[in-house]
Amino acid sequence: MSEAVSAALALLVGLDAKLIEIVLLSLRVSLSAVAIAALLGLPLGAAIAVGRLPGRKTLIVLLNALMGLPPVVVGLLVYLLLSRAGPLGALGILFTPSAMIVAQTILILPIMAALSRQAIEDAWREYEEQLRSLGAGRMNAALTLLWDTRFSLLTTILAGFGRAAAEVGAVMIVGGNIDGVTRVMTTTIALETSKGDLPLALGLGIILLAIVIAVNAAAYLTKELAQRRYG
Amino acid sequence: MSKASILPLRLAEVSFAAGGRTIIDRVSLEIETGPSTIILGANGAGKSVLMRLMHGLLGPSSGRIEWNAPERPGAPRKQAMVFQRPVMLRRSAQANVAYALKIAGIPEPQCRVLVCESLESVGLSHLARRSARVLSGGEQQRLALARAWALHPEVLFLDEPTASLDPSATREIESVIKAFDAAGTKVVMATHNLGQARRLGDEILFLDRGRLLERAPVGEFFSKPKSAQAAAFIKGELPWT
Amino acid sequence: MDMIRRLLLSIALIAALPAIAQEKFIVVASTTSTEQSGLFGYLLPVFQKETGIQVRVVALGTGQALDLARRGDADVVFVHARSAEEKFLAEGHGVRRFDVMYNDFVLIGPKADPAKISGGKDILEGLRKIKAAAAPFVSRGDRSGTHIAELDLWKLAGIDIAKEKGPWYRDTGQGMGPALNTAAAMNAYILADRGTWISFKNRGELAVAVEGDKRLFNQYGVMLVNPAKHPNVKKDLGQAFVNWVISPEGQKTIAEYKIGGEQLFFPNAK
Repeated sequence: MSEAVSAALALLVGLDAKLIEIVLLSLRVSLSAVAIAALLGLPLGAAIAVGRLPGRKTLIVLLNALMGLPPVVVGLLVYLLLSRAGPLGALGILFTPSAMIVAQTILILPIMAALSRQAIEDAWREYEEQLRSLGAGRMNAALTLLWDTRFSLLTTILAGFGRAAAEVGAVMIVGGNIDGVTRVMTTTIALETSKGDLPLALGLGIILLAIVIAVNAAAYLTKELAQRRYG
Repeated sequence: MSKASILPLRLAEVSFAAGGRTIIDRVSLEIETGPSTIILGANGAGKSVLMRLMHGLLGPSSGRIEWNAPERPGAPRKQAMVFQRPVMLRRSAQANVAYALKIAGIPEPQCRVLVCESLESVGLSHLARRSARVLSGGEQQRLALARAWALHPEVLFLDEPTASLDPSATREIESVIKAFDAAGTKVVMATHNLGQARRLGDEILFLDRGRLLERAPVGEFFSKPKSAQAAAFIKGELPWT
Repeated sequence: MDMIRRLLLSIALIAALPAIAQEKFIVVASTTSTEQSGLFGYLLPVFQKETGIQVRVVALGTGQALDLARRGDADVVFVHARSAEEKFLAEGHGVRRFDVMYNDFVLIGPKADPAKISGGKDILEGLRKIKAAAAPFVSRGDRSGTHIAELDLWKLAGIDIAKEKGPWYRDTGQGMGPALNTAAAMNAYILADRGTWISFKNRGELAVAVEGDKRLFNQYGVMLVNPAKHPNVKKDLGQAFVNWVISPEGQKTIAEYKIGGEQLFFPNAK
């Protein structure tokens, strides 16, 4: 264990160029996936919360279940889609960061939609009468609630980031773990573990944990400050 | 924008049932412009449900509710409602008022003027930029009034607006309501508070267990109630003795 | 509707952020053992410097690497399982196969050596003794070149391993590194390529038991994926790589790659 900590510190202090490249790529892939999944998923969740669709309950159960999609299954499905032998092969994005972003977006989209649906449905219960009284239509109400619950939604977005940053199954398959091109923190950890270099793998793991904790802490502080200001 | 008044509002044999219980029982009445109308009754009499039926938040189980000129969807609302507990958005006080105007499609420059006026009319100009949800109960309720008033509605429904407030806040709210009434808005208010009914009302609609039992000008109602239930209510006696 | 337009625009912007790489590149499907030996880290920069072509290696088991190429997702294959490669060629997925280099396999085992084979030079005898002693043996079980070589050796030793295996034979379905980890944890025997073994750090109680037998010879081949079957293959760039790897210069660079002073791969292109 102490070997791992010293390995981690050595990497950090040395500001190893390869390490920085890997960390930056990890952040780029996961943050992009979070951004796209949020843009698609949060409004979707709001629409389900506020709307009156037939089969709404089934949709909600389905979304909640999809939150537990195994990353390796998503990776396999996206690979089959993006393979040259597959329907979207012509896009030529297999084994590039773009494919990894696609896979992670699909992975965390259910989380964004399901959790935002829950938050907004709770808020809708409080706001519905007042918003309807003011003449707000359903679309308007959904957008208003999305903004009003923004601090709860921050937690949702965080959950999505956590899941994306931590997964290895999807990015391994669609990215190919190519040195210098699609190698991210989780796939590097997997690689170093399989090479038997456990201290290095653990060291990288500690760095990954540190990043995730830092992001969570920042979001928590933001929420606290906002709560105090906006109530 | 249609110039016809939305009043009078006519309810014809309106009933409302939920969960197997009849909450409103064949109520027929007309709300006309002019005197402020108080809907009076004990807790559980159905005042809130009746208010929501009139405002359009609930649909009747049977009977008809008709305004003189129906509101067109998308057009600025001509009736507004203030609830017992104010629901404020997570934004500044002035943004909350502006929200109502934006929904109505009022253009930006006009918005600013109307917001200022509204906040002024309820004495909240100094709190315009404060976050609405950190205001006190009384301030939030005044803000709700400002928001309801911003579009200068023809009818203002108020569902027990001071039930959750302390006496000084209650006084403030009542003076604002009186001012709106004086400005020409039709006030329809539900309350179980006898003193408030006397202070603010011109006419009383007495509701008992979902039925409209009496309708009379305020003085007449309190001095010569026609039904036993009204008499008991005024004297503060328990309705089941 | 304006909302939706704005939404789509934002998504397009985010997804388009990674600008299309201006550099030329090819995708080479190879094996995990080759990559983990570190050869590519040494070889490819030389190639890129000379030709400006970036080589992106996707490392899988031999079986998976060939399957990847069958789907058209690679431009070149660089693996080490002759029979599987010939089959690939016969199916029309490859253009032509070239020998590139060889390395060797070593039989690794616990220092305690329950099968009493340490120091031996006969791999078939070693395998027979392991079966006789029912000593724990870890197999890769993943259709990799190493796995295929292992199965061939059992056959040569006169053992039908599929029928005759017992609980001592652990079929793990893992790459070389993880399989070595498993063997170290279980104190088991395992067939490994020398390259991975040399760079493997988690040895536990393991050491080389049998080496040097000619039958442990592991031949590598390179093939351009057939552009007639897969039109998207970058045939000029891919061919440039194939040509370089079997050229005197490429072969010299392969021979120069050493770990701890030891040469790992022996070029033998004809």
